[in-house]
Amino acid sequence: MYDKNKILIGLAVFVVFMTYPFWNNIGSAAYQRPELEKPKNAKDCVESVEFMRAEHMAMLNEWRDEVVRGGEHEYHSTANHQVFQKSLSKTCMKCHENKDQFCDKCHATVSVNPYCWDCHVDPKGEKK
Amino acid sequence: MKTQRRNFLKIAAMAVLGWGVRPASELLAAGGGTASEGLLFASRHKVHVGPNALTASRWAMVIDTAKLNEKVMEDIVHTCHSIHNVPTIPGNQNIKWIWETHMDHLFLEDLHEYQPEAGAKSALALCNHCDNPPCVRVCPTKATFQREDGIVMMDFHRCIGCRYCMAGCPYGSRSFNFMDPRKHLETTNPDFPTRTKGVVEKCEFCAERLAEGKMPACVEVSEGALAFGDLGDPESEVRKLLAERFSIRRSPTLGTKPCVYYLV
Amino acid sequence: MLEKAINGSKVYWGWIAFLLLLMSIGAACYWQQLSHGLTITGMSRDVTWGFYIAQFTFLVGVAASAVMLVIPKYLHNYHKFGKILILGEFNAVAMVILCLLFIVADLGSPQRLMNVLIHPTPNSVLFWDMVVLNGYLLINILVGWVTLESERKQVAPPKWIKFFIYLSIPWAVSIHTVTAFLYCGLPGRGYWLTAVLAARFLASAFAAGPAFLILVTYIAKIFTGFDPGKGVLSTLGKTVVYAMCVNLFLLLCEVFTVFYSQIPSHMAHLQYLFVGYHGHGVLVPWMWSAMIMAVVGILILIVPKNREQDNLLIIGCLLIFIGAWIDKGLGMIGGGFVPNPLHEITEYVPSQLELGVSLGIYATGFLVLTILYKVAIGVKQEIE
Repeated sequence: MYDKNKILIGLAVFVVFMTYPFWNNIGSAAYQRPELEKPKNAKDCVESVEFMRAEHMAMLNEWRDEVVRGGEHEYHSTANHQVFQKSLSKTCMKCHENKDQFCDKCHATVSVNPYCWDCHVDPKGEKK
Repeated sequence: MKTQRRNFLKIAAMAVLGWGVRPASELLAAGGGTASEGLLFASRHKVHVGPNALTASRWAMVIDTAKLNEKVMEDIVHTCHSIHNVPTIPGNQNIKWIWETHMDHLFLEDLHEYQPEAGAKSALALCNHCDNPPCVRVCPTKATFQREDGIVMMDFHRCIGCRYCMAGCPYGSRSFNFMDPRKHLETTNPDFPTRTKGVVEKCEFCAERLAEGKMPACVEVSEGALAFGDLGDPESEVRKLLAERFSIRRSPTLGTKPCVYYLV
Repeated sequence: MLEKAINGSKVYWGWIAFLLLLMSIGAACYWQQLSHGLTITGMSRDVTWGFYIAQFTFLVGVAASAVMLVIPKYLHNYHKFGKILILGEFNAVAMVILCLLFIVADLGSPQRLMNVLIHPTPNSVLFWDMVVLNGYLLINILVGWVTLESERKQVAPPKWIKFFIYLSIPWAVSIHTVTAFLYCGLPGRGYWLTAVLAARFLASAFAAGPAFLILVTYIAKIFTGFDPGKGVLSTLGKTVVYAMCVNLFLLLCEVFTVFYSQIPSHMAHLQYLFVGYHGHGVLVPWMWSAMIMAVVGILILIVPKNREQDNLLIIGCLLIFIGAWIDKGLGMIGGGFVPNPLHEITEYVPSQLELGVSLGIYATGFLVLTILYKVAIGVKQEIE
């Protein structure tokens, strides 16, 4: 091939860059799920822990559209057959009061930046 | 070799188009949101409220200009703006959902200059929640939409901040967040979100309170100056008021069918 | 063919560097806008569209330069326009890119841009504007590139390109009509609520577009020796002057309708623009300058002998272009929003940062134009 040397060197550099996450982490510990602060005054969440861990993002999105566009405020939990209000500030954060010790812990670890709190008021946030 | 490659590319392109039909139509049918939203064209959204909510076939407000005074109007504006986290911004990039203004500014050429001395000199301006709203017609994302009960709502999550709705509104009822509103909020109501910079906002007839069975906040503090009810119910307070006294609306000849009535 | 754009003189590279400098200034200003919001502009609660949207509105017109060459060449076999046709099409590409950039720059939440595609709303004219602008961009890229490539290889262009060439004619009319429809269907804005707005947009487009094309062709001639052919530009000048006459006539029709009917809410906007309203009149000198420039430009170009002389043709086109820019780029927005629906007055003047962003965007458009013209002229000179 033409420019064989340049191409092979370039290819090698590319492969090194692309596999950086893998070889950089050789020898480090496996992903540790961060320790989250549990709510003091509530036992049951809206749904089970496993469900929430996997689905709270999609569920909040659905709540958003159902409340704002459909006027549907009531959530019937499948786990404990209670009725909750579909609201981040008024339901989730009434129990999970400390955003730093709960929400931000996982989000920071997996490096996601949900912008919910740009608008939805973190009830304890003003006190910081 | 060359023709083979061209044919392969042609067939691949056709295949992509074909395979894309089903996902594309599913995306369109979902409207990108819940089932209450129509496909493509802006349509009235069905409302699925809970058992406690106040419902109506067509919400409307009646403002008795004779019962308004400086203090009442100030209370109304302050209450609405504080429970909805509306910032107080000095200058002309301000935000207001409801405000006091001169009768001339509300009704323009509809009022002549020889009005009774004792008549109201000013009244409140707010979104008229028109039955034929131009703002909904022009919104390119259906971020502002109309509910079946007539309330013109804002979806702050979807708004791209193009401000076409603000150009379309013939009443100047809409405001835009030119900057981060939280910098201009003295107190924050944690039960209602603030908004971010870059979205349009306006009065929503306290839809969140209606869902809990409460009347709009402005109506509650108005000391009887504001009435709110169902135009479709002949026994409602608003229908009774409209039947008893003469009332006008702002710029009705524009065809917007506004649902805020002013008793003069 | 893009390799034509990377072989250039020192002047060429100096120009590119200058444009990149302007683009970085624009980017810095836009960064401010992304951080702080649209508060950095001069817009207000009453004047919610400003310089950005005004530029977009005007540039849609300049993109019309292509169709004013395509119609004579392909519908009336006027082959003299064949040599500069590619310049018209590439100009349309650059101008439409500018339009799209100005629209994105104006959005309050540009990160949600895709919502217009995810939630298509055919009752909104903005949706159709997105469709027609992007369509026109694609058509011109396709037609320009394919015809230029065929010319370079000295073969006839493929037959299917004729479809797109003919399609570009009604499509060009549609981009102006749809852009006018953004404004002229709004019940609360008396200055814009006129059936004649679409016609005015088309008329000023057919004046400003070819005027711009004539000016940049002269610039190309100076820097590359590209010769458009004898009498080509002066013939194109006819389009400019007649279109501007129609534009002025339609404006006078508006003036008559508004002032003979004596409807206050309609008169207010023209009063604000031309004589001031209740003591406010920041745009008055601009509007009268625009009128004078337009009339002088018309008087120069209406005389056929003047169009044959390069100097007079250039001056006439410049005057008409600037006049059209003031009318559409400043007057449209200011006149439409002042006074507001409650008859209050909030004047609008673009802020420095707003102009900075616009400068960067204009530089981007000119960069695209420079590169495309370098390619087109390079190819044309290669086959000679």
